Amino acid sequence: MTTPVLRVQDLTVDFTSYTGGLLQRKERVLRAVNGISFDLNASETLGIVGESGSGKSTLARAILGLIKPNRGRVMWQGEDLTLLDEEELRQKRKEIQIVFQDPVASLNPRMTAGDIISEPLWTFYPNMAPLQVEERARGMMKMVGLLPNQINRYPHQFSGGQCQRIGIARSLVLNPKLVICDEPVSALDVSIQAQIINLLKDLQKKLGLALIFIAHDLSLVKHISDRILVMYMGSSMELSERDALYRRPLHPYTNALIKSVPIPDPKLAARVRQDNWLTGDIPSPYDPPKGCIFNTRCLYKVSRCETDVPALRRMEHGDWVACHRAEELDLTICQDP
Amino acid sequence: MNSSIDLQVEDPFAAAMIEVDVRGRSLWVDAWHRLLKNRAAVISGIIMATMLLLVLVGPALSPWEGDFTDWDNTSAPPSLETGHWFGTDSVGRDILVRTLEGGRISLLVGLVATLVSLVIGVSYGAIAGYYGGFTDRIMMRMVDIVYALPFMFFVILLMVVFGRHIVLIFVAIGAVNWLDMARIVRGQTLSLKNTEFVEAARACGVDHHAIIRRHIIPNLLGVVMVYVTLTIPQVILVESFLSFLGLGVQEPMSSWGALVNDGAQDMESAPWTLVFPAAFLTVTLYCFNYIGDGMRDALDPKDRL
Amino acid sequence: MALLEVTGLQVKFDTPEGEVQAVNDLDFSVKHGESLAIVGESGAGKSQAVMAIMGLLAKNGSATGKAKFKGQDLMQMSRKELNNIRGCEIAMIFQDPMTSLNPFLTIEKQMVEVITYHQGLRRGEARAHAVEMLRAVRIPAPEERIKQYPHEFSGGMRQRVMIAMGLLCEPSLLIADEPTTALDVTVQAQITHLVGEMRQKSNMALILITHDLAVVAEVCDRVLVMYAGQVVETGSVEDIFYRPQHPYTQGLLDSVPRMDRPADDELHSIPGNPPNMMDLGSGCHFRDRCSKAMDVCKDDPPLQVAQDGRLSRCFIAIENAGMDNSERVASGTDSAEDSTETAE
Repeated sequence: MTTPVLRVQDLTVDFTSYTGGLLQRKERVLRAVNGISFDLNASETLGIVGESGSGKSTLARAILGLIKPNRGRVMWQGEDLTLLDEEELRQKRKEIQIVFQDPVASLNPRMTAGDIISEPLWTFYPNMAPLQVEERARGMMKMVGLLPNQINRYPHQFSGGQCQRIGIARSLVLNPKLVICDEPVSALDVSIQAQIINLLKDLQKKLGLALIFIAHDLSLVKHISDRILVMYMGSSMELSERDALYRRPLHPYTNALIKSVPIPDPKLAARVRQDNWLTGDIPSPYDPPKGCIFNTRCLYKVSRCETDVPALRRMEHGDWVACHRAEELDLTICQDP
Repeated sequence: MNSSIDLQVEDPFAAAMIEVDVRGRSLWVDAWHRLLKNRAAVISGIIMATMLLLVLVGPALSPWEGDFTDWDNTSAPPSLETGHWFGTDSVGRDILVRTLEGGRISLLVGLVATLVSLVIGVSYGAIAGYYGGFTDRIMMRMVDIVYALPFMFFVILLMVVFGRHIVLIFVAIGAVNWLDMARIVRGQTLSLKNTEFVEAARACGVDHHAIIRRHIIPNLLGVVMVYVTLTIPQVILVESFLSFLGLGVQEPMSSWGALVNDGAQDMESAPWTLVFPAAFLTVTLYCFNYIGDGMRDALDPKDRL
Repeated sequence: MALLEVTGLQVKFDTPEGEVQAVNDLDFSVKHGESLAIVGESGAGKSQAVMAIMGLLAKNGSATGKAKFKGQDLMQMSRKELNNIRGCEIAMIFQDPMTSLNPFLTIEKQMVEVITYHQGLRRGEARAHAVEMLRAVRIPAPEERIKQYPHEFSGGMRQRVMIAMGLLCEPSLLIADEPTTALDVTVQAQITHLVGEMRQKSNMALILITHDLAVVAEVCDRVLVMYAGQVVETGSVEDIFYRPQHPYTQGLLDSVPRMDRPADDELHSIPGNPPNMMDLGSGCHFRDRCSKAMDVCKDDPPLQVAQDGRLSRCFIAIENAGMDNSERVASGTDSAEDSTETAE
């Protein structure tokens, strides 16, 4: 068994906001990420899935050190990133990179594609010859499937999918070991999404990257993840091997997420169209439910769920779940069409 | 970690080298093309260019000196025969030359004071906005305090202490105008700071100075340029106002404001002494405002739709 | 008679870089109570087509063509006449509900205003009706929530409010422009279901605009696929999903990730990028991305009746349709009309 490259332990992030006037200042604490732990091996892909407001983007930023966590550790190759100062952390950026959700917004509209891809090089290798930088940028463009002769174009001259390829090129130009993809395809057309997923898969294979792939639904992560972490309101609900998760989800929330993905088949859609999906919305994060945080929307709730917080525990086949009733519930998904 | 980068990326870019690079079209070029389609802005631009040229070379071409007193023609109306096309004032000085020379001062004050406020305002605002938090609060409170000083009182104080001097006018106007600029820039920076591309730059390890230089300032420039073109006429107007009150430039130097002041005193007997400088002043103000409006539309096309 | 019949719709935008033809010669019709999906990638002109019909184009856009709604041509109407139809006989919901809700007014104010404006009810009655409508879209505690402001609702709830507002006047046509794209999957399913349910309850027609074919399967009867401003294929939901004829439709279908298939299946996508609408050129616009492209594709393919009397803009589909069909085919609007009849 190899030691994991990334080990996240009990990571917790609170956002504090103030309301009221100068004199009656009230503090409101929102726990965006609540005690998340997981390991990630080299060249492995972890999918992180959850609805908006589940804290998955905050988790990504906390791992990168863009947000200071309130508690917990981010062990990167045996070194705790949360203890580093700003300059030391900056040096680690060479190894951990991120691809953002909105491909257009994440590119500076005043810079050319070449400059955007070259910027990390300027930053970390200020003495590199300009010609060499340009050559490297062209190479990256080619690698992500862009025409290198478009190096002088600006982001607004590319389509959404192409912009995301520029974003990927920028994240890979420093040869990182881990790339965190924060919903890299949710802003793209369905017809383009698969291109980007396949590109990431290829690059991962070619470059031996570890990937964290964040998504808001379970449809696309299926094709890229080895293991999947399901988050709800900042907490882990389930952490399972991919195939096991899609065959038999352990947590009712995972089950609901799987069932809510639309099926592109008129006959099946009509049949599956039952009350399987979640009712209601995510509760207010400022006032989370007592007991299991999912109990307000859970179809399998019992009285214990309203009082006791279920711990994330290991099931016998090695997957993790935070549900009191994980053993007794059989949520097997029927696969046959 | 390896310090040199692996440059072996598949086959070396043979294909790319053969193909000619596609020219990029930046947002600035786009905006420029849109500006050129705005007739009012283009005409204003042409008028301003002509005005600038006239003001710079006009006095040299004229047979009269600005401070030459033509005793034969005091308070003479405009006429081609005397050679005083715009007439003369009560002491026989040529209004045309004085208007052009006054224009030099007015435009110079406009440009220099704006430049001063631009440099101070942009860097101050960008720093306050970017670093935020405590730094921002202290810096902006200072702006508020200076803002609260009554402007006229401030100018009069300066005049009394240091005497009347043109540099003081630059200082006085610049000192007040950068406050607005700083506030605008700070607001813009605050919103830019939270954009994904700035976050992306931070995630790439780019340091703060480079982020401000490469990501914040270039994206601010549009707003700043619009504000600058609208500030120039404002400054010219303030200078005229000061001169009108007798706090501005001193004889024999002159500005449009000072000329309007002189003209206003002889308004009934020699209206031309008022009309010509006032017309120059008004045309300039209009032109700058049209250019500013045109630039705003060109830089932010969404507003127009 | 069709409820809405659009013929020869052209939409152009005048941009600094030149004229963009966003929609090119679009024909379609919607019957009473029918639901039509308009599917295509971003930039295909699907939203612009509907905006043009509703008189909501941006200032630099212009549209020609006919859009007969209950026999009246929407394109010829004055702004006032259109206002009376919009939000009353035809309701619209958008991707981002926040853009069509006034953030400074409570939901109650906004809903009551709509009712009193269009139906002339009194305030008390209007309010009761509004609460009823919110209950119908399953907003919990509607009497309480109606007093709140839009920002106090979550994304899904806001979209429900939009649907409730749209349905206040019992419209005969609901136009939904990517209504679920900005929402979480779990909420997406709820909203899609709600739209389908409301449609059946009140027998109104629906035009659903989306880039995701998966959503279409559940709620729509007929599908119109657009590419680069043109219709490339039309047909019933079953036809489109089980017997697609245009390679583009096939590509869109393949690119939907399937939960009911094994994970190791390769994920399909349509190669390349949507075309640059500034510079379309001639011939089949899809041929650069098409795996079946042939030499003949350099010519403009006509929109013709292919198999099962469906329309397809592809030489292959036309060939497959065989000789018997090709006789009655002229190109253009005539064939469009009779094929929409037969497609049902």
